[in-house]
Amino acid sequence: MSAAPSLVLAEPPVPALRGDLKLIADLVAPGSRVLDIGCGEGELLAYLTRAKDVDGRGMELSQAGVNACVRNGLSVIQGDADNDLEAYPTGAFDYVILSQTLQATRHPRQVVESLARIGRRAIVSFPNFGYWRIRLALLLEGRMPRSELLSYPWYDTPNIHLCTIRDFLGLAAELGITIEQAQILDHHGHPYRLAVESRLANWLAAQGVFLLSRQG
Amino acid sequence: MSRSQVTASPPNFERPGQVLSVAEPLLLESGVVLPSYHIGYQTYGRLNAERSNGILVCHALTGDQYVADTHPITGKPGWWTTLVGPGRVIDTERYFVICSNVLGGCLGTSGPMEPNPATGEPWALDFPVITIGDMVAAQQKLIDHLGIDQLFCVIGGSMGGMQVLQWATAYPERVFAAVPVACASRHSAQNIAFHEVGRQAIMADPDWCGGDYISQGRRPERGLAVARMAAHITYLSEAALHRKFGRNLQDRQRFTYGFEADFQVENYLRYQGVAFVERFDANSYLYITRATDYFDLAAEYDGVLAEAFRRSKARYCLISFTSDWLYPTSESRVIVKALNAVAGNVSFVEIETDSGHDAFLLEEQEFFRTLQGFLDGCAKHRGLR
Repeated sequence: MSAAPSLVLAEPPVPALRGDLKLIADLVAPGSRVLDIGCGEGELLAYLTRAKDVDGRGMELSQAGVNACVRNGLSVIQGDADNDLEAYPTGAFDYVILSQTLQATRHPRQVVESLARIGRRAIVSFPNFGYWRIRLALLLEGRMPRSELLSYPWYDTPNIHLCTIRDFLGLAAELGITIEQAQILDHHGHPYRLAVESRLANWLAAQGVFLLSRQG
Repeated sequence: MSRSQVTASPPNFERPGQVLSVAEPLLLESGVVLPSYHIGYQTYGRLNAERSNGILVCHALTGDQYVADTHPITGKPGWWTTLVGPGRVIDTERYFVICSNVLGGCLGTSGPMEPNPATGEPWALDFPVITIGDMVAAQQKLIDHLGIDQLFCVIGGSMGGMQVLQWATAYPERVFAAVPVACASRHSAQNIAFHEVGRQAIMADPDWCGGDYISQGRRPERGLAVARMAAHITYLSEAALHRKFGRNLQDRQRFTYGFEADFQVENYLRYQGVAFVERFDANSYLYITRATDYFDLAAEYDGVLAEAFRRSKARYCLISFTSDWLYPTSESRVIVKALNAVAGNVSFVEIETDSGHDAFLLEEQEFFRTLQGFLDGCAKHRGLR
């Protein structure tokens, strides 16, 4: 039996995502409303729009990034997590994503609170300053550590509020924010099967990805 | 004095291009009723069977409906031919493009230059003062007439951008995508101040005759030219003026120690003024500048701009230009914040350029690419081919 010729052209394949972004994408339910803060050139948003049919919005600090996003048909504005989250109403999105940006914000505590307010859920990923290579570098070399995720010299880095996995767990507890899921990743972006609360996790994780929600 | 005796007035009241005559009265925001009116407009391309590919282009202060074809008075190409046409960003082979002369204008739509149907004499200052809201209410009748329920996109720069905002908020169900370029949600004190200079220049010209210049066979050309010269400076940036003219002298090696146009920039402004009076009516200039001064989108909503956007489901793309000091980026950001406050669907791009406010009329590649991407994305969502 021969198949009838298809009149519908297949969409071009969805390009593969960076490991940590794929992990974030997997946490997002199809068809949901998503705000991606610090969306860069829109890789994650474009993927979510095409693969998961989300209603996506983005915010990006660099004008070049914003322009690239809008050129690609994404709804993105220029802005940053410290100054531009206040305007959004409570519960405006199903998910608010902050990927690899928390450590570069001026007021991380307020930013995390805002994420949990604006989104029914928030997804946060950040580099773990408790990672063993970083600890060892500081211990042995006595200089500010640099890694793949934290590649800037101390005098010229946007990363002004570094924290460890345990620090973040502490902040979430203080703010009364529920951690629905947590994933720790090695420096290739592969997940470990380890409880995030364990001390070992805080040594092994190059970064962590957290799914958060407001309590109650 | 009968009209045939008037020589200095624009040649006649034959309206160029396409004209819609609306016999239905229009209740203006001022409370005055305009019993009937005409709308001069041009269209490009074809409306598809679903009537879903209409793009309304809203023109700026002194623009007109000749967005992509030859101007009937100046013979010059349309003011947005770089953007609108076959194969261009606003592709007339894909979209049905509509542009109409605004209410109060002087190129086919009812305004102070036209005869008052009640008297047969030019309206002059008896023409009721109009607002951006009135302009859009009149345009809406044209869109009805064209059989379009929902416009795919409404786009415009400067005062055109104000009309876009008015459309998307006053008729939210009729706009799928909105592109307000280089504009503001309200006129600032500085904007009003510059307009007042222009109006005073016109009214100080003895040929203005209290607004009755057409009946008296005169035209306040000097006043209108000065208004244009002053306004033109606000459309450019200091950097652009310096780049174009610097302190260069006009066809001479030394100062004349008099008041001729020694400098190139003076000569340029004089030329702009003279060219403008050929195609524009002084009273129209008064009415249209007044309409923009009155514009304040939040006013109807107790000053809360976000409330204006609450019912709007349109996809917005705001565009501003770095060197525009007439409608600076901060004004666009105010609109973006208001849209965020109601979780609106908004994109916002600031384009780097030294061309000032005028950049929206120029071939700014980054602006064009942004708009192309935005329109393509919207077309996909709207299911347009």
